[in-house]
Amino acid sequence: MNEQRFRLFAGGRIDRERAVRFDFDGERYTGFAGDTVASALLAHGVHLVGRSFKYHRPRGILSAGAEEPNALLQVGRGAYTLPNQRATQVELYAGLSATSQNRWPSLRFDAGAVSSLLSPLFPAGFYYKTFMWPPSFWLRHYEPLIRRAAGLGRSPTEPDPDRYEKMHVHCDVLVVGAGAAGLAAALSAGRTGARVMLADEQSEPGGWLLGSKTAIDDAPAVEWIASALEDLRSMPEVRVLPRTTVTGYYDHNYLVALERVGDHLPPGTGGARPRQRLWKIRARQVVLATGAHERPLVFRNNDRPGIMLAGAARQYVNRYAVRPGESAVVVTNNDSAYPAAIDLSDCGMQVHIVDVRSRPPEAMAAAARQRSIEIFAGHALVAAHGHARVREVTLASLDAARTGYTGTPRRLSCDLVAMSGGLNPAVHLFSQSRGRIVYSPERGCFVPGESVQAERSAGAANGTFPLAYCLSEGREAGKAAAAAAGFRKRGGLRSPKVEGEREQPAEAWWISPPSRAGAPLNKHFVDFQNDVSAADIALAAREGYRSVEHVKRYTTTGMGTDQGKTSNTNAIAIISQTLGVDPSQVGVTTFRPPYTPLTFGALAGRDIGELADPVRTTPMHDWHLAHGAAFEDVGQWKRPWYYPAAGESMQDAVDRECLAARNAIGILDATTLGKIDIQGADAAEFLDRIYTNGFRKLAPGRCRYGLMCGEDGMVFDDGVTARLADRHFLMSTTTGGAARVLAWLEEWSQTEWPELEVYFNSVTEQYAVASISGPFARALLEELATGIDLGPEALPFMSWGEGRVAGIPARIVRVSFTGESSFEINVPSDYGLYLWTTLMRAGARYGITPFGTEAMHVLRAEKGFIIAGQDTDGTVTPDDLGLGRMVSRHKDFIGKRSLARPDCRRADRKQLVGLLTEDPQTVLPEGAQIVDRVLPRPPMKMIGHVTSSYFSANLGRSIALALLRGGRERHGERVVLPLPKRRVAATVTAPVFYDEQGERLRA
Amino acid sequence: MPASEYLRQSALAALGLAAKAGAGPARGAGVILRECAPRAQLCLRGGPGADFEKAVEGVLGVRPPLESGMSARNGDRTLLWLGPDEWLAVLPDERSEEVLSRLRDALAPLHVAVVDVSHSRAVVELSGAHARSVLQKGCHLDLHPSRFRAGSVAQSKFARCHVLLHQTDDAPAYDLYIQRSFARYLWSWLEDAAAEFGVTVEV
Repeated sequence: MNEQRFRLFAGGRIDRERAVRFDFDGERYTGFAGDTVASALLAHGVHLVGRSFKYHRPRGILSAGAEEPNALLQVGRGAYTLPNQRATQVELYAGLSATSQNRWPSLRFDAGAVSSLLSPLFPAGFYYKTFMWPPSFWLRHYEPLIRRAAGLGRSPTEPDPDRYEKMHVHCDVLVVGAGAAGLAAALSAGRTGARVMLADEQSEPGGWLLGSKTAIDDAPAVEWIASALEDLRSMPEVRVLPRTTVTGYYDHNYLVALERVGDHLPPGTGGARPRQRLWKIRARQVVLATGAHERPLVFRNNDRPGIMLAGAARQYVNRYAVRPGESAVVVTNNDSAYPAAIDLSDCGMQVHIVDVRSRPPEAMAAAARQRSIEIFAGHALVAAHGHARVREVTLASLDAARTGYTGTPRRLSCDLVAMSGGLNPAVHLFSQSRGRIVYSPERGCFVPGESVQAERSAGAANGTFPLAYCLSEGREAGKAAAAAAGFRKRGGLRSPKVEGEREQPAEAWWISPPSRAGAPLNKHFVDFQNDVSAADIALAAREGYRSVEHVKRYTTTGMGTDQGKTSNTNAIAIISQTLGVDPSQVGVTTFRPPYTPLTFGALAGRDIGELADPVRTTPMHDWHLAHGAAFEDVGQWKRPWYYPAAGESMQDAVDRECLAARNAIGILDATTLGKIDIQGADAAEFLDRIYTNGFRKLAPGRCRYGLMCGEDGMVFDDGVTARLADRHFLMSTTTGGAARVLAWLEEWSQTEWPELEVYFNSVTEQYAVASISGPFARALLEELATGIDLGPEALPFMSWGEGRVAGIPARIVRVSFTGESSFEINVPSDYGLYLWTTLMRAGARYGITPFGTEAMHVLRAEKGFIIAGQDTDGTVTPDDLGLGRMVSRHKDFIGKRSLARPDCRRADRKQLVGLLTEDPQTVLPEGAQIVDRVLPRPPMKMIGHVTSSYFSANLGRSIALALLRGGRERHGERVVLPLPKRRVAATVTAPVFYDEQGERLRA
Repeated sequence: MPASEYLRQSALAALGLAAKAGAGPARGAGVILRECAPRAQLCLRGGPGADFEKAVEGVLGVRPPLESGMSARNGDRTLLWLGPDEWLAVLPDERSEEVLSRLRDALAPLHVAVVDVSHSRAVVELSGAHARSVLQKGCHLDLHPSRFRAGSVAQSKFARCHVLLHQTDDAPAYDLYIQRSFARYLWSWLEDAAAEFGVTVEV
């Protein structure tokens, strides 16, 4: 269909030289560059574009902007597709493919429309009332049923091929909306030299001016827009962002905007640029010039395709050069519909005006009559007729009380109804900023009240509708905002000249009475998107709902993707009428971000795939990679988990690694352990207060294992601390605990003990650490080390020394997590890989074997060494771990008082024990519960649980650590652990399985 | 074993940046990325106070800047303000040992900590017309020239990593001090973020 039958021959902001082909529901159409999907469809006379959510009623294009509740389309194919796109905002591009939603099998014939016939059976609260019983039906029957029926459109199932970016930006003044007020604000703020951002959701700035025939400075408004933009472009600190919707207004003037960088381009043609960019804006001052949305009028069948907002009809005529029909009925309670009627008439339509006011505006009425437009003053639309398109309307003269009709109703045939119920300031962002919205009885709408943040509203967004006032209010707002941000400039901007307007007041008019008293209002639609009628709202009020928040949830009015932009005020007015109170007493619901929906792609940005989260690697990482290591994530670190040789299973590899560490040499990349440099005259005193055990008497050159507790007396981290010098310590922490422990030390230093002279510096990243363990570890190191005596007397267990290893300056620390004679070699990080490869090369003849975290876990479990966070869970005291001897009685430390509580001294606390299964091949699952008595099914009394469990190749059997009530008194007892479909018996032992005396460790 | 025989490998060594160099657009790249050669980085904790400042100045020839977020430079020695009692001294790598011991001696009577963190951070230089845009993709600080200029220093979260940012030139050029273990991730992140502006790797 290439014939654009309803396209005007001249005018509009479209480019007639650039025809653009697209398809809608499989049918091919042509529009022009500058069209939206909505305007291009209207140019072909297509009004029917969707089916409603609940009753599947045919729906048309209501608006020309962000407030559109009906014309929601599925746009784009395959991986590029997006649901719920407002046809009124989607710019046409070559090859665009759109389909209607919520219909089956086709838009014209929709099987779901049967629910419309049953609409009396689907009143407000239908779901709550119907799907209540029986409860067991919820998951299996009701929920799937509702989910199938609900939801508009479908999300793409393939990975998103587009790029999405994010950008942080600061500005002095953010102006939201580039209509008359916004442009004026940006101009006056920009000329002060302030950093100004002007964000506008449309493809070109100008707002409603683009669709009006108003003159500014005796020239068409578009010329004023062009010159304003030129001025703004000449200001280096001003940034104009078209196609950018400010979607959220958060605390401290933090706002989020979505720029649709490439949505208007055919998929895949944006090059390196993203499809969308999310702006995170910190503005010192904000000017909200977000304009207003026109209200629909509420009458019977007011949702028929061909019924649209009067201002939107005007946009289609003037901006898009589309005649939205042949014959129009313009119905209104205010003046703004008159220029619309005139524009419709001027483009060749037959026009009637229905004005609920008995006295229409004189000058405007005269201008209309000049064009042979018939005006029905004091009349209201009773009903619209037609199905897939309005065909006819019934109008009648209102009676004196304005709650019924007098005289004979008339019928007018038409194919367009342009309605205007007045304007609603777009207060969404203001409301998000926590500003309170107040009802203005003079203007019959809700307007911004007092500002809470550094923000001001201007123009229609502030309830100021005449153009001249929009311009001056915008200009003043921009100036004031810049001044508040510290930018001033002498001299004022000249006011542009605008034709004078004096308006008659709008009449507060919310709903056409039914054709006869008591007739149902169930086709008087209030919320088009969610199919909420005046009857539903009245029902909610009758059923006792008073709070607008409750009515909203009960009826679902305002809960669609449009957040009730066109429906909220009408709904509130109808509630207030039903309850007989003032709309201000009903109040408004909260507006929440986003103003219009965002894509998940935009929110995710580049935080996807490999960039989703930082990956921390050690200097030896590439060696691990090259040698086939399987990696384990520990925090953000990648640590080698095990190194499978060809054909090895994980268990094979771990067994081999464990055996090597006890019989030859095992080598572990221990770089990830946290390392904190602690210096100061009071360093020892500080450590005494942090650790449960004492550090003051630790001699320089020696190391000590320490336990840290929280104030609650529970173990939260452990590690070895070396005394480097009298006033200098080096603390090691668990890999995962490094940042937390440093913060913990700083917190106590800065808030509780500022008098202690001590500094903490993280040196985790400064050193690469290779730890070698096993009977030949010393022999290997002696080959490579210079300047240090590694003998057991010179460098005993729990001491450290300095020398060179492979020529590299190194600190060698004799600590052991494996239970073997171990040497932890610390070198500056850039030498880590060289150290490692040298050790591997020189160690080959000793059978040096790299082992990963899994073998490390097994080896330490054989020795009963705990891992904080695995064998402890925040409820375990040092004594529970059998480490009571590490709790000093001679000094104070964090957690000491808590450890004195009776509960911490109970004999039946869960205590660390070993478990040996009766079948040595059975490896208990970690987390398995030890029960008092096995019953056929849970619940059973749980008296303990397994914290660590492995197969130990060195012992040729399984081992486990567990926390067991009164465990220390139960060594030798038999316990049972019920598992799914089996039970495992085990013997309680001491939590040490290997070299109980520690002779190997000290060797 | 003499020092020349052991191999020093930077955090980004495995990325083969030398091979990547020049692979981008020959001219007109909006962003230039370069891994900087190793430099000595010494963390100074102490002061503020005349004794401390004088002692530091005596060794480095630079007085610790007291204004937050600023740096001071004398020749090849720079002091970056990191906090009210924390500075990072940056100087040529070969002077690391000598300066470290001189600082320790000069500051010995005071409550201070001098810590060698030269291997803790990789340094990447980011320059080019769109360098600031790349930074603003991952960093919420205000880097506008009216707020942040040559000599300015900030520590912040950048692309989920902790980064020390030092603007070295108004052109603009920035040094990013990146914790070593995060360096590879952040380099990938930078290349990705710079892609839309055209990116060249220099060595």
